Amino acid sequence: MTHATDTTTPRAGTAPAAGGAPSTGGEASPVIEAHDVHVRLGASPVLRGVDLTVRRGEVVALLGANGSGKSTLVRTLVGVLPVTAGDVRLLGHPLDAGVPWARVGYVPQRVSAAAGVPSTAEEVVASGLLHGRRLRLPRGWRARAREALDLVGLADRAKRPTHQLSGGQQQRVLIARALVRRPEVLVLDEPVAGVDRPSQEAFAATMTRLVDDGLTVLVVLHELGELAPLVQRAVVLRHGTVVHDGAPPAPQPGHGVPGHDHVHPHARPRTVHTQDVCPPGGPFEAGLGTAGGRFDGGFDGTDDERTAQ
Amino acid sequence: MSGLWGMVTDPFMQRALLAALLVGLSAPVVGTYLVQRRLALLGDGIGHVALTGVALGWLVGAAMGLVPDDVLAVPGAVVAAVAGSVLIEVVRRRGRTSGDLALAILFYGGIAGGVLLIGLAGGSSGSLMAYLFGSISTVTTADVWVTVVLCGLILAIGLGLRGALFSVSHDEEFAISSGLPVWALNMAVAVLAALTVTVAMRVVGLLLVSALMIVPVAIGQLLTHSFRRTMLAASTIGVVVCVTGLSITYWHNVSPGALIVVLAIGVYAVVAALQPLLSRRRPPADPHPDIPDDVAVTAPRAGDREEECTP
Repeated sequence: MTHATDTTTPRAGTAPAAGGAPSTGGEASPVIEAHDVHVRLGASPVLRGVDLTVRRGEVVALLGANGSGKSTLVRTLVGVLPVTAGDVRLLGHPLDAGVPWARVGYVPQRVSAAAGVPSTAEEVVASGLLHGRRLRLPRGWRARAREALDLVGLADRAKRPTHQLSGGQQQRVLIARALVRRPEVLVLDEPVAGVDRPSQEAFAATMTRLVDDGLTVLVVLHELGELAPLVQRAVVLRHGTVVHDGAPPAPQPGHGVPGHDHVHPHARPRTVHTQDVCPPGGPFEAGLGTAGGRFDGGFDGTDDERTAQ
Repeated sequence: MSGLWGMVTDPFMQRALLAALLVGLSAPVVGTYLVQRRLALLGDGIGHVALTGVALGWLVGAAMGLVPDDVLAVPGAVVAAVAGSVLIEVVRRRGRTSGDLALAILFYGGIAGGVLLIGLAGGSSGSLMAYLFGSISTVTTADVWVTVVLCGLILAIGLGLRGALFSVSHDEEFAISSGLPVWALNMAVAVLAALTVTVAMRVVGLLLVSALMIVPVAIGQLLTHSFRRTMLAASTIGVVVCVTGLSITYWHNVSPGALIVVLAIGVYAVVAALQPLLSRRRPPADPHPDIPDDVAVTAPRAGDREEECTP
């Protein structure tokens, strides 16, 4: 896995919504475009003039403290929340008309993949085959669902009820549901939050394969973690505005090697949270180099602590 | 045996059995979606509103001098139930916190409006008893046809759009992000629930309608682990309890609606009591049999970490 981060030039500020020369060659057309997006939830403005462009084949991480508007932004981008002002285009189409939903995969932030009635992993994944005006499952849906579950390493759990799976496995079921329609762009909202380490590793392996095949990814993360070698660009939100759009925190040498274990020399004794990364008015880079490719510079035990939550 | 033959050849019983069978089959189909979206009590609410529709139909019928004066009661219930369920859906969409209170107010208004209007129509609240607790023995041939058409519609939509209705009931946010017509699908579930309430009104009565939608699903959940099979089991149980309950009333003079619901709850109690015995046979499963236990993975790392962390 060689993902040369220097080929994607960090864009200070924002990329032009259209017509801007892509830095990675002529084929890299914008897949997600948000221009001056404002979103209000109730009375409070959550997003205040966000610009974001994700080009074909890019893997972009959306970072920021709790309440910075990360989830609101991705939910707006996939049409779940209405835009108060501004312009959002998905695969070149405005959200209210003609978006080819079959080519978009979305993984919402969830604690559980279960609902009021028990349903098998296969059934939940198959619901991802429905989109737009396709209201009935296509022929061979079972095989497609198995295939998607296989991608996330859960092929043997197809017939198991989702509520009996572990939290990490349920999250992987939701990822399979987004992948089953073979999307060109995948939008994930904290896919590894509170997820056990085996599931995080399985998730990273799946993403590596899919990105190699040309998948475009926008992923909300708290820490780069297992995905660090894949992420080409990081966009950091703070109080509903973009405060950084450019290079992700540089991975340590050898970090992208499969099988490496996350043992980092700790510049700070305890966890460095994302809010520390962007001190008010301070330069963004200040907090990054020290964290060694992870915003969470704490002990590896933090992952286990998260699992226990 | 001759008693059984007598029952199935009795034209009153034939109509009643057909209605009970159709209602037992279709009510749990809609109930499965309601339970899945954690709206198990929606049927009750619609039932309350439908009572106002019954009284309104009665009032209009009496005003027009129709004979009998309750000929418009069922159409009135259909209109009120559909309007009520659409209103509930709109309220549910608008805001979650105020929605709870709005629903409660709608339910009380339904019952109070029904009792008030029936008085204006020249009847008494006793006239509503047949609708509140069911009157399957008075089912006419025309009623059976209405039941056949409405149950056919419920089954056609409830089963035909199962994939899409599952998606929108399971995870509305994901369904929106898939570009599905979520608003229309939610409305479809609401209207299906309203139609089920009016159809089941004759069999078990408005006060017990929701039981016929929900209790079979509760039993089905105990027996299976998939959505499809829960729906199938619930419908089967619905048919069995409806037909059995109604048949018993051929020999014993008890209320069919109440007996059907008590039977269903009895089945639930028995299955729930037996369930631990059924599931104990399975050994406790390791969720990650392919992965070594966490303790073994993290233990050596703790030592490494100490060395690495030493400044």
